[in-house]
Amino acid sequence: MTQTMTTTRAPAVPPVGGVRKLIRDTHLVMTRELRPVLRDPFSVIFGMIQPLVFLGLFGPLLVGSLGGQAESTVGSSVWQWFVPSILVMTALFGTTTVGANLLFEFQTGAHERMLVTPLSRPSLLIGRALKEMAPLAAQAVIIVLVMIPFGFQLYPAGALIGFLLLAVFGVGIGSLSYALAIAVRKQEWMFWAVQQTVIFPLMILSGMLLPLETGPGWMQVASKFNPLTYLVDAERALFAGDIGSSAAGWGWVAALVTVAVGLTVGIRSMRRSAG
Amino acid sequence: MIRTRELTKDFAVGKSRTVHAVRGISLDIEDGELIAVLGPNGAGKTTTMRMLTTLLEPTSGSATVAGHDVVAESATVRSLIGYVGQGNGAGHMQRASDELYSQGLIYGLDRRTARKRVGELLEALDLAALASRKVSSLSGGQRRRLDVAMGLVHNPSLLFLDEPSTGLDPHNRANLWDHILQMRQQAARPMTIMLTTHYLDEADSMAGRVVVVDNGEVIADDTAEALKSELAGDRVVLSLDDAGRAGELAALVGRMPGGRDVVVDGDAVTGRVANGPRTLPVLLREADRAGLTVVSAQVHRPTLDDVFLSLTGRSLREAENSSPTDSKEAA
Repeated sequence: MTQTMTTTRAPAVPPVGGVRKLIRDTHLVMTRELRPVLRDPFSVIFGMIQPLVFLGLFGPLLVGSLGGQAESTVGSSVWQWFVPSILVMTALFGTTTVGANLLFEFQTGAHERMLVTPLSRPSLLIGRALKEMAPLAAQAVIIVLVMIPFGFQLYPAGALIGFLLLAVFGVGIGSLSYALAIAVRKQEWMFWAVQQTVIFPLMILSGMLLPLETGPGWMQVASKFNPLTYLVDAERALFAGDIGSSAAGWGWVAALVTVAVGLTVGIRSMRRSAG
Repeated sequence: MIRTRELTKDFAVGKSRTVHAVRGISLDIEDGELIAVLGPNGAGKTTTMRMLTTLLEPTSGSATVAGHDVVAESATVRSLIGYVGQGNGAGHMQRASDELYSQGLIYGLDRRTARKRVGELLEALDLAALASRKVSSLSGGQRRRLDVAMGLVHNPSLLFLDEPSTGLDPHNRANLWDHILQMRQQAARPMTIMLTTHYLDEADSMAGRVVVVDNGEVIADDTAEALKSELAGDRVVLSLDDAGRAGELAALVGRMPGGRDVVVDGDAVTGRVANGPRTLPVLLREADRAGLTVVSAQVHRPTLDDVFLSLTGRSLREAENSSPTDSKEAA
């Protein structure tokens, strides 16, 4: 034992810097976070059921509730309209709640442990947010496969780009969720209060679940100021194969602005999170 | 290994109030020292340690740790030090060995070396049988040993332990210390250890040097033995058959060499004297001559609590009512 203890010595400073270190650290954080998921895949499988339930129970009501206006709002296939919605909703629920994990790690001391290691601060945020995308990718594949027999038409290139767009947006939202958790870590109940208060107006005002075309004018105006609106429209365009449409372009603008704001706020919070 | 100059930390509480958690701490800690920072809750021990480990930025003053400034070169400091915080560092959903492996990679070990190091640490800290257990299913003592393993994954030459044994029962505390001291001996270089504690006996028996902190300042800094013999005398406890004459006995104790802090409580008289074992027989003869019948007599060697009391006028255990009774007090 005595001999072996002295043989393994870490280099004082890992010999990488800058962007390479950020990528390496982000990868380390992400794989560390994914390890328990891979060890216990049932949690992922269980997570797949919820969006399917939503699709199965909400989708059929959608057309009926719109009456004669269904054709002019959601188009000829309700699934073509609704499947992208469900993917965005799943991503939104997944990423807005990630801060709760961090709150738990504040309590136990696991977050402090990470802060005292040489890991770069941004990697703690980006690695964790990216980790949420892995289960989401699996969920997306299953949702799409299940819906194809019901008339959902898959455009693979558009769907792939749509998923990338969603991942960029998700990293931004995840970062904001972590920032929120760090800001309210001394009053934890605030996390859920804020998360719930923000998420439902954003969802409804994005036309994600019900088309806003049939709603009052003020809601349509409000939706123009909601970044989620552009994301949902872009996902519908991409999943319909319209890769070059202006809706897709505005979606990228919304996602990139979200990720820029999210990372700026999140990294600043992460740096101060030991206090 | 550690050098601080006039280190301070203020916390803003609410809009207008500021708490001065650390008020100008200057310390020099040499390579290979095992130093305990002792003080009640809120004394500034943990805040000081969090500044030295780069978790908090100092309000003013400077600190170099392992040769690097904690603010300007915080990333380098982090790569050189080991740290075991007050909480459990391992993620609850992680397996013990996975978490150690991740830490190894984080500190720059390659996969093979990391895997080997995980094996060594699990073995050395008696965790080998628990390698694939989830952290959430480990006992308090097991989690604490895993924390120590995580702190040592990169063989640091400096280890910070923030209240390492708080919440552990005496058996697990002793076991944890056995492991820490063993790992320290096995290190290639003499490992410097700085620990904070509010356990008097821990500071007394483990540390070569004790720094007593109160109200954000260092109020004493020496070996435990020197602190005890210089700052606190031996304590005598006498009881009398006649509570009515306790005052006379108290006066007698006060006249002994070094006699002070004499307190009467019913038929019991306690006080401090120099060199208790020699003074006590003299005291008893004098009491006899005065016609006082002493029915029991004890001498207590001073504890670090007595040191704290003589420095601050407060007992550490009053300031810190969660601390257990010092085992030496009962001897």
